[in-house]
Amino acid sequence: MAKISRRRALTLAGVGAAGIAGTGAAALRFTADANAGANPDPVTGAVAFTGAHQAGIVTPAQDRLHFVAFDVITKDRDRLIRLLKEWTAAAARMTAGQDAGEIGAVAGIPEAPPDDTGEAIGLPPCALTITVGFGPTLFRGADGRDRFGLAARRPAALEPLPRFTGDTLDEALSGGDIGIQACANDPQVAVHAIRNLARIGMGTVSVRWSQLGFGRTSSTSTAQATPRNLFGFKDGTRNLKAEQEELLREHLWVQPGDGPDWMAGGSYLVTRKIRMLVETWDRSPLAEQETIIGRHKGSGAPLGLSDEFEEPDFTAVGADGEPLIPTTAHARLAHPDANKGARILRRGYNFVDGSDGLGRLNAGLFFIGYQRDPRTGFIPVQRSLAAQDEMNEYVRHVSSGLFACPPGVTGPDDHWGSALFA
Amino acid sequence: MRRSPRLLALVTAGSLGASLAACGSGEDTPAPAGGPIAVQATDTSCEVARTSTEAGTSVFAITNKGQKVTEFYVYAPGDRVMAEVENVAPGLSRNLHVELPAGTYETACKPGMIGKGIRGQFTVAGSAAPLTDDAALLAATESYSRYVKSQTGALLERTTEFVAAVKAGDVAKAKELFPIARTYWERIEPVAEIFGDLDPRIDGREEVTEEGLKFGGFHRIEKDLWIDGSAAKSGPIADQLLTDVKEIVQKANAEKLSPLQLANGAKALLDEVAAGKITGEEDRYSHTDLWDFNANVEGSKAAIAALRPVLQERDPALVKTLDTEFANVDATLGKHRAGDAWKLHTELSKADLKELSDAINALAEPISQVAAVVAKKKA
Repeated sequence: MAKISRRRALTLAGVGAAGIAGTGAAALRFTADANAGANPDPVTGAVAFTGAHQAGIVTPAQDRLHFVAFDVITKDRDRLIRLLKEWTAAAARMTAGQDAGEIGAVAGIPEAPPDDTGEAIGLPPCALTITVGFGPTLFRGADGRDRFGLAARRPAALEPLPRFTGDTLDEALSGGDIGIQACANDPQVAVHAIRNLARIGMGTVSVRWSQLGFGRTSSTSTAQATPRNLFGFKDGTRNLKAEQEELLREHLWVQPGDGPDWMAGGSYLVTRKIRMLVETWDRSPLAEQETIIGRHKGSGAPLGLSDEFEEPDFTAVGADGEPLIPTTAHARLAHPDANKGARILRRGYNFVDGSDGLGRLNAGLFFIGYQRDPRTGFIPVQRSLAAQDEMNEYVRHVSSGLFACPPGVTGPDDHWGSALFA
Repeated sequence: MRRSPRLLALVTAGSLGASLAACGSGEDTPAPAGGPIAVQATDTSCEVARTSTEAGTSVFAITNKGQKVTEFYVYAPGDRVMAEVENVAPGLSRNLHVELPAGTYETACKPGMIGKGIRGQFTVAGSAAPLTDDAALLAATESYSRYVKSQTGALLERTTEFVAAVKAGDVAKAKELFPIARTYWERIEPVAEIFGDLDPRIDGREEVTEEGLKFGGFHRIEKDLWIDGSAAKSGPIADQLLTDVKEIVQKANAEKLSPLQLANGAKALLDEVAAGKITGEEDRYSHTDLWDFNANVEGSKAAIAALRPVLQERDPALVKTLDTEFANVDATLGKHRAGDAWKLHTELSKADLKELSDAINALAEPISQVAAVVAKKKA
């Protein structure tokens, strides 16, 4: 029964699954294509799980996100390693469009709970990627304890983030020992992935916080159009792209010699939940919105220019003698020129967590940024934004996370964190 | 309490039959006698293809041809639920596996999931080897039956005292006895849940009281005591509670439990904790949820203890895990003792509750594997 795909499980399930077969049928062809053809459909097909780097970083940003941060509640190092092995196996299966467990959602004995929760039966892989990272607290707890004998292996780059001016962080929504990002082009597939990992982890880890996201707010490939964030602006025009291998080596992937060997080929992940005060933003004049961002709302072009991808001219001045792109504009402050060349690969998502009880949308941007070193990546950029960005009037940073994402899993005998725990 | 009983003999709803056969792992479950029994349900009818079968495990294949969501039940005399499948949406088919000894039963479809349903007679003849033919499993059920007997005895005694205090208008005494009487109830709750209406009558919460049924039982008196601060109007409710408790005690002691009921009951008790006690919604007026919490865990432990020799023989690693996780729950819960009693739910911080929740989840996961170990026939 091993390695059964969800598609196969569906046919075997027969009459009992009749209710879902109708919806599954159309999707099934994609799975079959993905497995058979050399060029899987980029929307519904499978993304390779193994490789030099983890999938889900330069993978063309999918449309949906389920991110979760876990606290490790066991004290037993072997039990944690066992979980990482089980998680890796489940992640490999799920990204291929199979059930989380070897038995599956509907093929086990009636008396046992299924080893897959079943809500993805009949759905294709939907470009699911599952990316794991380790937080600073896994290496040394808040009380300074070396929890799993890893303290000496903590990279210097994994120093907890400093407090930025204006941060209104909720501790219960921040940090975590292990962060897992699941991205897919179907929200049900992303949720299924996280739900099954949480189920497998019960007793070893505990969910600390999680976040759903929709509508990618960045492009990570030149093949993708630039999406819009909830302020209505194009976001990620100048983002690092999968095709820019030279820049990725320089800014994204940890290089040998950067720190401990176990991180070579990995990347550092920063998450920030940024609540947007959309109601007040929506009341502000178009011209003010554009000067805050530094770009035209319609085209996404830098102020004073007409094409989205034109290089902004920060020296241009208007008729009043003031810079066309204000010194406090978001695009200027975030630009590599203002940050000693620092560049981050962003793959954030919009979120709406319903309303907040005052009738305001509880909405914003779940920022996700990957970089070779947060000390030269996110930290200086955010310091500058926190101090000067005019946009701060309309945003609140409520959650923050930092995770060291190890390199990719090399094959069936490898598992997440194998080099860290070796 | 739960809205409907879940502690069922050998029950699973879903599409297991077909996939089992296809995967060749069907040897774990006895072959259904004479194949699945088709049930065609509509909004006004319930056609069961056969009205009799052989003893052993039967499979009902329910197809909902109606417009309303339906349920299908198999009842033993006295409306004791042998098996149920809930939430069969229009157009959907579900399979129901149930172990039925010889006897007379009733089948019922419940279009709209309300009322007594559209009933039909169902007869089971002959004999099949039950799981309790295994001497170790039989010993397990006998051991657990003795536990149920001891707990029901105490339940009746303590409820009698509680009812007397309520009727005497002694609010302070009644408040003191409330969580104590409930301890014995909560330890054997899955057994109580076998008896359809009695469980909601005794332990139902205000919002789950069925249409046309008055809010009564423990939680109604709890509300009187803690919110109104008076037992002046609680007398008749207390009388009814005692009557109902007497009935359930008698029924529980007459009940022959199957080993699977023990296994599922041990899990169901932890689910009770995870669903109602952690959140404080069960004892929302008195906040004495930790008494119930502890009692649920003790009850779960008793069921596992009865099964222990079997589990030890078949899956010693699982026993080790259960021991570790039970000890962890005890230690975590133990932090919230207050003398001989427990802290109130409202005295616990969010972090305390999260820690308790994690401990329960860590125990409930391995416990959910016990039923499969029990169901496995000896090689």
